[in-house]
Amino acid sequence: MRPAEILHLLRLELRLDLHQRHAVGGSLLYVVSAVFVAYQAMQGRAEGTAWNALFWIILLFAAFNTLARSFQREDAGQHLYLYTLADPRNVILARVIYGAGTMLVLSLLSFGTYVLFLGHAPLNDANVGQYLLAVVAGGTGFAAVLTLVSAIASRAGNGVGLMAVLGFPIVLPLLLSAIKAGRLALIGMPWTVTGKYLLWLGLVDVIAVTLAWVLFPYLWRDR
Amino acid sequence: MKSGWWKALGVLLLLYVVIVGLRTPLAPALVHLSEDKLPPGRNEVVVAGYNTRFTADAPQAWLQNDAQFVCATAATAERDDRLRVVFDVPDGLRRDLSHLVVRSNGRTLVFHDAFWNPAKGAGIANAGCAPPVEDTAGPFEFPDRSVLYETIRNLFFHVPMWFTMMWLMTLSLLHSIRTLRNNDLEHDRAAVSAVSTGLLFAFLGLITGSLWARNTWGTWWTSDPQLNGAAAVTLIYLAYLVLRGSVNEFDKRSRLAAIYNIFAYALMIVFFLVLPRLTDSLHPGKGGNPAFSQYDLDHHLRTVFYPAVAGWVLVGTWLYTLRRRARRIEAWLDEEPSA
Repeated sequence: MRPAEILHLLRLELRLDLHQRHAVGGSLLYVVSAVFVAYQAMQGRAEGTAWNALFWIILLFAAFNTLARSFQREDAGQHLYLYTLADPRNVILARVIYGAGTMLVLSLLSFGTYVLFLGHAPLNDANVGQYLLAVVAGGTGFAAVLTLVSAIASRAGNGVGLMAVLGFPIVLPLLLSAIKAGRLALIGMPWTVTGKYLLWLGLVDVIAVTLAWVLFPYLWRDR
Repeated sequence: MKSGWWKALGVLLLLYVVIVGLRTPLAPALVHLSEDKLPPGRNEVVVAGYNTRFTADAPQAWLQNDAQFVCATAATAERDDRLRVVFDVPDGLRRDLSHLVVRSNGRTLVFHDAFWNPAKGAGIANAGCAPPVEDTAGPFEFPDRSVLYETIRNLFFHVPMWFTMMWLMTLSLLHSIRTLRNNDLEHDRAAVSAVSTGLLFAFLGLITGSLWARNTWGTWWTSDPQLNGAAAVTLIYLAYLVLRGSVNEFDKRSRLAAIYNIFAYALMIVFFLVLPRLTDSLHPGKGGNPAFSQYDLDHHLRTVFYPAVAGWVLVGTWLYTLRRRARRIEAWLDEEPSA
């Protein structure tokens, strides 16, 4: 593991994203339109549990949409080029870190848009700091778990459809704990109660990243 | 045939489990009472028993309230499973709830927290109707627990299904690791055979669990961490099969499937072992609920449960080896390279 190489790869990802602005814009537009649909469907009357559930569903789909890009945008030539230059462990770490960063920004943006459209009534009794931490931990957790899934799906040569099939069940423990943590934060539970779930979210992240780090080299090579 | 002894052992064990597990009677128990409240004065209660023989001798009955006893003034056996008991309840029992105790055929049957006592007081003069007689050791029978009743036998089917599934998935994990190590397609075939056999047991576990839930909790399915976990794990392994189906090159397929399998296994552990303990769960043994070992004070369930686990695991392993051999033949017909 060489931090310099990871930094370099991160910069490459950023440059690619700046180059392909339509992709980044697509993710943002996705969130905004999903929130708008939710706003129209709920008619501005979302109570705590529904408000929380709807938000996580939007964030989950946004995560799939965004993280699928992480590997599916490179074609065979780019893959081969990167393969000859970089250490696979650095590649996966860089992609996970970059995905986590993107999700961090995207989840906070989604939260902002969501509150803007669907109102902040459920947040009145909530522990907002806790809720934001759950959102950030959940969002980055999606990145930790789904980056490897995105790599598998893209190596299988079967785009977003396969990623959804492989990713949904695997992301479920994370999603369920995140929804639970969010619900507890909305009722304004003390940190001792919600903390258990937040800690748990962090633990799942660590497990997922470790596994991705160990397994990715086998996925990277062709033989 | 010499190496097949364990297959015969598995079949014999399951034969034992089916015969003993389904034919052993439940211990006699009190299952229903006509009243749930005993105000001071004369009260008549009809007690329904299960597997009891009230007419075989003269049953004695009393109320127990915080180590104080109220004897029944009359206990008439109407049928083997129907006892009519009359109490002259005094004023001033100490506790809110009284236990009903019936002594019949040398055994003590207790209905815990049977009656609500609306007139609480400082206590009564104790009656001497509760002779502290040691129970004679009962015959071989299973405990009769409220809510569970006869379905307690499902313990020998539902629980071993998941044990067998876990065992097969672990086997598959080991083969997947070896696939990544040396690119051997034989290990890949072993891994997928173990997963498809494990999925069979997962479905059986879901079905037996659903039937059990219907008969005890009153619903086929309920949102519970343990149940959600079971469903999600089944989905994960179905996704594994979808992933295999979507790649045609067997070399790439073996590697991708192995990677997903290892990833999936780690999350299965999370789902089955950690998550249900974190939250409240209806499921026995989870979220502060008692596991079955607490019901099984005389170890009668255990003498069938352990053979059941061994039997299902052996038969599951046998099924797995059959599938693996079938896959080897299929691969040979498809002219996949063997190593």
